[in-house]
Amino acid sequence: MKTMKSILAAVILSAAAATTARADTIRLGLDSAPYDPFYSRTAGGEWKGFEIEVGDALCKAMNEECEWVPIAWDGIIPALTSNQIDAIVGSMSITEERMKTIDFSNKYYNTPAALIAPKSMEIKSIEDLKGKTVGVQVSTTHANFAEAKMDGATIKTYQDFNEHNQDLFAGRIDAVAADSLALDPFLKSKEGESMEVKLTFEDDAIFGPGVGAGIRKGDTELKDKFNKAIAQILEDGTYDEIAKKYFDFDIYGGR
Amino acid sequence: MGEWYWLPDYAWRFVEGIGVTLELLFIALFFGFLLAIPIGLVQVTGPKWLAAIARGFCTMIRGTPLLIQLWLLYYGLGSLFPYFPELRNSFLWPILREAFPYAAVAFIISVAAYEGHIMRGAFASVPKGELEAARSMGMGRFTVLRRIWLPRAIQNVLPTLAGEAVLTLKSVPLASTITIFDVFGVGGIVRQETYRIYEPLIFVGFIYLLITAVLVVLFRWLENRVPSANRA
Amino acid sequence: MIDVTFFANIYELMSEWGPNFWRGLLASLQIAFGGYLLGLLIGVSGAIGKIYGGPVLKWVLEIYTTLIRAVPELVLILLLFYAGTQLLAQGLAALGYERVTISGLAAGIVVLGIVQGAYSTEVMRGAILAIPKGEVEAGAAFGMGSFKIFRRIMIPAMLPLALPGLSNLWLIITKDTALLAVVGYEELALVTRQAAGATRYYLEAYLVAGAIYLLVTLISMKLFNLAENRVTRGRKSLASGGA
Repeated sequence: MKTMKSILAAVILSAAAATTARADTIRLGLDSAPYDPFYSRTAGGEWKGFEIEVGDALCKAMNEECEWVPIAWDGIIPALTSNQIDAIVGSMSITEERMKTIDFSNKYYNTPAALIAPKSMEIKSIEDLKGKTVGVQVSTTHANFAEAKMDGATIKTYQDFNEHNQDLFAGRIDAVAADSLALDPFLKSKEGESMEVKLTFEDDAIFGPGVGAGIRKGDTELKDKFNKAIAQILEDGTYDEIAKKYFDFDIYGGR
Repeated sequence: MGEWYWLPDYAWRFVEGIGVTLELLFIALFFGFLLAIPIGLVQVTGPKWLAAIARGFCTMIRGTPLLIQLWLLYYGLGSLFPYFPELRNSFLWPILREAFPYAAVAFIISVAAYEGHIMRGAFASVPKGELEAARSMGMGRFTVLRRIWLPRAIQNVLPTLAGEAVLTLKSVPLASTITIFDVFGVGGIVRQETYRIYEPLIFVGFIYLLITAVLVVLFRWLENRVPSANRA
Repeated sequence: MIDVTFFANIYELMSEWGPNFWRGLLASLQIAFGGYLLGLLIGVSGAIGKIYGGPVLKWVLEIYTTLIRAVPELVLILLLFYAGTQLLAQGLAALGYERVTISGLAAGIVVLGIVQGAYSTEVMRGAILAIPKGEVEAGAAFGMGSFKIFRRIMIPAMLPLALPGLSNLWLIITKDTALLAVVGYEELALVTRQAAGATRYYLEAYLVAGAIYLLVTLISMKLFNLAENRVTRGRKSLASGGA
């Protein structure tokens, strides 16, 4: 029994030792799967993308050190609430449902959701989706929207963004519902050239006002820091500078 | 303790999920075992080159994670589809489109490899004397297989096969990563819609526990019905 | 289908993403190793507990091994990962550590270790029970304390009996590390998925991953064979080993 107790203690302490509690680094969580053009890994292992640059800019404005932590999208909210990360900066939409569990900073971009499908397919409205198969990523607002609004369609949920695009390309599903901006590189790519945007969705209740940084409930200090930083980079032009590199329209969605 | 308000809303989906789970399980166990018999047998009887192929098959499948095999089949094969547009009009397309057949094939192959390895040991452990006696009584080779070799082999390894069945059941959740809605997949939907993390997982675990219990009882019953000279 | 482009794709894949694959493999092996050792530790303790422990301990251990072996690994991994990290974080916070990041490595090791521990307990238990009682009694007759008996008699006697089961468990854990891809830990399977998604060479990427896993398995099997030969020197071979 004594050995067991000491073993248990050793395990806990070694877990503590194995952890690297870098004081005062803000850990930003994002999806472990690539999400062009917002964030993805280069082959060399570096992070790149619009959201990465915005995140880094926000940290600079807050005068903090930041660290990007990839987490499976499915588990990113639990990771936040269990203190594994300090904020979610991974294109997470601000929704009321999510606000029951976590808090959000102000938005830092907003893009509508879109449905893409092969050019040859006739889809003029949601009703046309009856009997069709639509692919979405798990735990996204697009999945919520599809489950709630697309009556009569078969919804297939995928682990990550690239996988449902791939299946659309392979012809296994008829359409994909995702963020219109993230879909853009796909539409421009070789695999996506036969697809086009069929519908765009506006539903504030499900999609929310935009994308913000997810923050633990009660962590008002961090939330204020983020909001101040967001306001600052919007004001001093850093935001526009970064956005210009990726998009030729206003991604913030009205100021 | 915990919030379970979502249960009634999703009850029907869970029932459907159990159906998918059981379907996948039985298809895998049935066809996998059928395949395992020749795979195991050929490694004992030969010819050498066939035995080598069977052994290589078992090693390859047992040496790689089922998850990779699933993804390889579903996404790997799927990535070839755009290069063969004629496929979409063929009669195969309804099968190729769906995710279930890929999971079924992956699981059948997996069961065949693991049980093939088990059956190899099982066939090898049947005393040669019994087989020779049967032959000397004039039984044809296939009859010997059917009436002596196979039954005796199964008797010896029934507990191990039962273990394999449970392991296969526990692998079914992996199918949810290729869009199949087994019980675990349904749990994922609940998690996504309600943002509850623990309750759906516990519920899913509980359902699988129940199915495991039923499976174990089933196999125990089978073991009791099968006479075994090796039982202590 | 399998024509020149296939190999060209593999070349492109590896030259671009090669380092990531090795990074993922290293992560997988680290977790496998750590989890395996933890599992062994739990296994030995659990086996001893089950054989020599009091009724309450036996009951607790029975529940542990039965639950873990009856519930799918994926469910266990998710539960332990989320609940476990939350509990550990709270526990460590209570101990006074302000904010601790449970590194993904530690979490993976603990999760897989706990799962392996249940199976390991059964393997060890079977092996210990198969040790001829006489050897243990002889040790006691010589005045050896229980820890000495354990170290000098039981472990050497138990090893050849447990080795087949233990080698099996190692092969299992090296493959189970792939399941951590579902919680987003960047081991080999997840890296492969990222590479496949970025290059769209799904077939090639997963074949490469499969080959890497196979290599690990073959090398491991070779090493365990050597160990088994060494440890069972001069002993009668066990009639029917494990799987």
